Amino acid sequence: MEATQVLFWFIAVVTILSAGIVAFSSKLIHSAFALLATLVGFAAFYVYLGADFLAVAQIMIYVGGILILIIFGVMMTHRIYDTSKRTAHNSLILSLLGGAAMAAILGMIIFRSPWTATVFKTLKPTTSMIGTSILTNYLLPFEVISVLLLGALVGAVYLARREEDEE
Amino acid sequence: MTGFYIVFLFLVLGMLIVAVTLLLSRLLQPRKREKDKFIPYECGIVPEGEAWIQFNNRFYVIALIFIIFDVEVLFLFPWAVVFDTMGMVAFVEMMIFIAILLVGLAYVWAKGDLNWVKPKPRLAHLAKKKGE
Repeated sequence: MEATQVLFWFIAVVTILSAGIVAFSSKLIHSAFALLATLVGFAAFYVYLGADFLAVAQIMIYVGGILILIIFGVMMTHRIYDTSKRTAHNSLILSLLGGAAMAAILGMIIFRSPWTATVFKTLKPTTSMIGTSILTNYLLPFEVISVLLLGALVGAVYLARREEDEE
Repeated sequence: MTGFYIVFLFLVLGMLIVAVTLLLSRLLQPRKREKDKFIPYECGIVPEGEAWIQFNNRFYVIALIFIIFDVEVLFLFPWAVVFDTMGMVAFVEMMIFIAILLVGLAYVWAKGDLNWVKPKPRLAHLAKKKGE
């Protein structure tokens, strides 16, 4: 096996194990920190797929932003260690059904999408291609994204503020 | 894509430095177990209360706002790469993008969400009724 292949399997095992910790850990903070390894592992997979921009985006947004928010959320929860409330592992059938439904939807997308059969051996940097696309062919979606982000910002801050006022 | 080998190298080096430092201090340190040593370190004084305190909610709101502008910065990367070839058109397009998001910044600023101590709205008419 090549070195990159060995590395791939190592990353795969780490990612799946940490994802298991996220799902099965009974302490929320352990889940949050295990999610860190899972998300970094996914960034590594994006690199293997030749999606360099997506890998950087994964690190920037998910690890640098959303995970911080999750950890903040855990730390701001009042007396999280004293409460008897722990991550619930009940309703196994419901969660299995939900997972199966999700897998079916994802599988449908995977099998119905027209994939290009050729595998590019030489992987090119994608950032400039993405840049050209969003500024020419996909300009309207790109500008709509900013409106979407604006909506997300106003909505999230509104909700966070309302909860704060209720205290 | 070869750039990611350098990223990997940095990752491995970073882990190695931490591991070597911990190992070295483990080898060099005198190890005497005392009860006081197991107290959480709090700048030299005896710690009071628990280490697990509830953080101020304002951190959360600031982090929320940060994520939105984090995503904005993400879109600036591909824009900056092709900026040389696209020129003025790219500049105007990105300025529109940023201008729309600036509305959001203006909103949270005007609403006082960026203030550390949030100003309470003065409800003069309510206070008057109470006083009567």
